[in-house]
Amino acid sequence: MRYAMAIDTKKCVGCGDCVVACQTENNVPHGYCRDWIVENVVGSYPNVEIELRSERCNHCDNSPCVRCCPTGASHIVEGGIVKVTHNMCIGCGACIQSCPYDARYSHPDGYVDKCTFCDHRLAKGQSPACVAVCPTNCLYFGDLEDPNSDVSKALKNRKWKVLAPEAGTKPQLYFLT
Amino acid sequence: MMKEELFISGRNIPNVDPYLNIWHWQIPIYLYLGGLAAGIMFFAGYFTIMRKEKDMETTVKWAPFLVPGALVVGLFALFLDLKHQLYFWRLYTTIRLESPMSWGAWTLMLVTPLSFIWVASYMKELFPKWDWKFNILNKAEALAIKYRKSMAWAMMLLAVVLGVYTGILLSAFNARPLWNTSVLGILFLTSGLSTGLAASMWMSKSKYERKVLSRLDLIMIGIELFLIIHMLMGFLAASEVQIEAAHLFLGGEFTVVFWVFVIILGLVFPATLEVLELKGFHIPVWIPALLILIGGLVFRFVMVEAGQITRFLY
Repeated sequence: MRYAMAIDTKKCVGCGDCVVACQTENNVPHGYCRDWIVENVVGSYPNVEIELRSERCNHCDNSPCVRCCPTGASHIVEGGIVKVTHNMCIGCGACIQSCPYDARYSHPDGYVDKCTFCDHRLAKGQSPACVAVCPTNCLYFGDLEDPNSDVSKALKNRKWKVLAPEAGTKPQLYFLT
Repeated sequence: MMKEELFISGRNIPNVDPYLNIWHWQIPIYLYLGGLAAGIMFFAGYFTIMRKEKDMETTVKWAPFLVPGALVVGLFALFLDLKHQLYFWRLYTTIRLESPMSWGAWTLMLVTPLSFIWVASYMKELFPKWDWKFNILNKAEALAIKYRKSMAWAMMLLAVVLGVYTGILLSAFNARPLWNTSVLGILFLTSGLSTGLAASMWMSKSKYERKVLSRLDLIMIGIELFLIIHMLMGFLAASEVQIEAAHLFLGGEFTVVFWVFVIILGLVFPATLEVLELKGFHIPVWIPALLILIGGLVFRFVMVEAGQITRFLY
């Protein structure tokens, strides 16, 4: 099993619902977040293009955050989800430095926190909170090894890219372009 | 004329983004003191193995008194940096071969007690009135003195591991392009050895010893300058993100502090003074020593600060 997410940059309107849903679902403290929206504007008027991306942890196959963790608090669970065990984390910040996507942050309680692909919802057969609320249905989630999953189907017929592939982390967020 | 403009309005998360520069003064202080300790220990071990304890008395017996202090202060700085401090003991419930920080934690676990034992083994010799009070401590001291040569070997080896580790701690992060160069391990080791020599040199009252240390220090400074050029050349020949990282020192915001305080005042000028001293001019030893010690400290600060603003672009 290999969980992954596809984000349709043509359908995303940048409403921020995914951000709020995540904050609510995961009790993210005020002023922090595990996912966010990037607006990427290229060109000058009148030839301007905008790309909207809902970003979060890439749950990389070759995850530097897991490798550099001195205590083993950062680890990978079933489906390739990168997680942090809070009471093993010493808050050294190594994983925050190691992430090319700045996907981790220091929780006010001291430990490092990040997106979990809502694995507590996956266990109940639900989709991640951000995917469930997206009003334009631009987020596709599922198992890459299952050809009938939403994410596999979304990637089949569209052009896609990953962010900073040169970082060598084998990220698992696919942006449909 | 450029027709295209690129705007990236990134994230605007008040409590996350300003804090991604998660390492502040504690880390450079710790890396610096670790390097300094490694430098002093390396040469204390080296001159012991070469049977030069008499000629190099300060290097072997007195300068190591700085090491336990440097390591304890360094470790305390590291502890202050932790955000989940009550769980620091988790470092010692596992060994993570892929994590430089785990290597460092375990190295310090070996180096710190060793530095205390080394100093303790010289207490009676240096302070004839010293009394250990308990018989068991006297026996332990006799044992430490007996195995001093083995300790010297261990110190040299562990000093190299410690010195290299202070660089690899940074270079292992490919997400921070300025740090992501394999030169950094050996560069920080060399810088640490140089600061260690400077400290011993400053403390020494023997002209012969200062001369030996000063010659060694000149070699270290030469290697350091070569490695810094090597590092910048490597960046300029690499990918966009590393070219941009190098430009922080070549016209960018860290140019002045890097060239003035690290290269000129921290390396070239003290090296010139050392050469003049060896040629027979009288130069107070504290001037080059202090400059080298400050230069090493500034270097750690510059690398840690500058590295955290370099990143992949996408």
